[in-house]
Amino acid sequence: MTNKTSILSGRRTKSLVERIMNIIFLVCGLASVVSVVFMTVYMVVSGGAIIAETGVFRFLLGHVWNPGGSEFGILPMILSSVLATLGAVLIALPVGVLIAVFLAKLSPGKLATAMRAFIDLLAGIPSVIYGLLGALLLVPAIFKLQAAAGLPNSGSLLAAIVILVIMILPTIISVSETAIRSVPKQYEEAALALGSTRLQAIFKVTVPAAKSGIVAGMVLGTGRAIGEAMAVMMVSGNAAIMPELLRPVRLLTAAIPIEWAYSSGLHRQALYGIGLVLFVFIMVINLLLRQVMKKGGAQDE
Amino acid sequence: MTPVKMHTRALNLFYGEVHALKGVDLDMPEQCVTALIGPSGCGKSTFLKTLNRMNDTIASVRISGEVVLDGEDIYAKNVDVTTLRKKAGMVFQSPNPFPMSIYDNIAYGPRIHGEKKRIVLDEIVEQSLRDAAIWDEVKDRLKKPALGLSGGQQQRLCIARSLATKPEVLLMDEPTSALDPISTSKIEELIDELKRDYSIVIVTHNMQQAARISDYTAFFLLGEVVEHNTTGDVFSNPKDRRTEDYITGRFG
Repeated sequence: MTNKTSILSGRRTKSLVERIMNIIFLVCGLASVVSVVFMTVYMVVSGGAIIAETGVFRFLLGHVWNPGGSEFGILPMILSSVLATLGAVLIALPVGVLIAVFLAKLSPGKLATAMRAFIDLLAGIPSVIYGLLGALLLVPAIFKLQAAAGLPNSGSLLAAIVILVIMILPTIISVSETAIRSVPKQYEEAALALGSTRLQAIFKVTVPAAKSGIVAGMVLGTGRAIGEAMAVMMVSGNAAIMPELLRPVRLLTAAIPIEWAYSSGLHRQALYGIGLVLFVFIMVINLLLRQVMKKGGAQDE
Repeated sequence: MTPVKMHTRALNLFYGEVHALKGVDLDMPEQCVTALIGPSGCGKSTFLKTLNRMNDTIASVRISGEVVLDGEDIYAKNVDVTTLRKKAGMVFQSPNPFPMSIYDNIAYGPRIHGEKKRIVLDEIVEQSLRDAAIWDEVKDRLKKPALGLSGGQQQRLCIARSLATKPEVLLMDEPTSALDPISTSKIEELIDELKRDYSIVIVTHNMQQAARISDYTAFFLLGEVVEHNTTGDVFSNPKDRRTEDYITGRFG
């Protein structure tokens, strides 16, 4: 006769330890949700004060930022931030995708491994180092352009764009490369079998198939660019005037640390307001990203 | 015997040190279906891929001997591989439509070969889909993603995609192995239709399929062609003992 093991146990099905662990996990999970909710509420309340004081339009669309004279128009900074980000993304996206294609498809294995290590390193360098190098090398290089255009020497929107390009490239490259790699090889095979050249197969089939991943990389890069403060502060000249490529600009992110120490009263509330505007930008970008990811997932099915 | 469209002479292929094809001599007649049968790993798929040089993408492959299409050695130095692949289209084991619309899938080949005119493309798309017996099923949703079709439809779409580049030879690598019986029989009927205009070489694991659709059958074993004859002879009157064992299911 064989022994049969009973599946009934003396204890309840879930032990006490499991119950407690479940609660701990729940609390940890809730902590992150609560932080986000708290931040949102706090940003809206503290940043909303200045908007209530001056009015939405005068705050967002005002041309003059003069805290001493109680003028708090942040349009120049919004435009500067948007243009710097847009410029950086427009340059970094094609460059990044080409590098990603090279790494994923064209380069010999060892070279790709080495390049990837350098690109990862690039992503890990603190932004103040970028700012330092930008101030030492990039800004003086642009002096010549400014002289040619008859403008005074200073930091500029152009310098901010170049620095941001370098800073967001690693993100765009690595996300795009992953997306390109995950495209099934059969697509490329089918394209080759139809008489495509290797490059046609890559650019007409593989890259379009990786589109949602590449867009995700672009959105992540955009988020990083618009949120960057330190590096751009060191190369952009920081004049709160309407942006032009070769003139100094002040970005939203830079305005806060520059003026924080000596601000008070309404001025400080205006800085909160700038924070709120940035916060909204970042939220919109994140929502976009979620949307892109969802769409990409649906396409794959 | 009908004129030969494609033939190989003393074809040897190595994957690194592995000798995968050993002196294969095979004639593939025009407007006929040649079936390649044999157990897994016998080299029949590898052989098929040498016929449109898809093995070029694998770095470790070395090839000697001749593969001749319409009197031209396809491994000659001055061969344009893209034109070769246009002339010898391929259908793969599992359906692999591009993640694009049905229309763009079919128009892909003509487009990369330089066709831009919308009217011409429209015509090619319709004709190819008709020839692949799938037009009626998809004509109302040409702009919809091809990946929304069923497996059998996807495979016929892939056949249509190959036809769109106006090939002369169709190479099919177990085109029905991922499909259900109904889709399989549709594709078999289609192959029967297509051989009027194309020379077809098909790899299949399914003996009945080879018997049903092919005019000639070649039996591969361990990288060699053991027997090659009309399909009727191979199946009813095999000359080699190993062929008989294989088709009667004693091994493989």
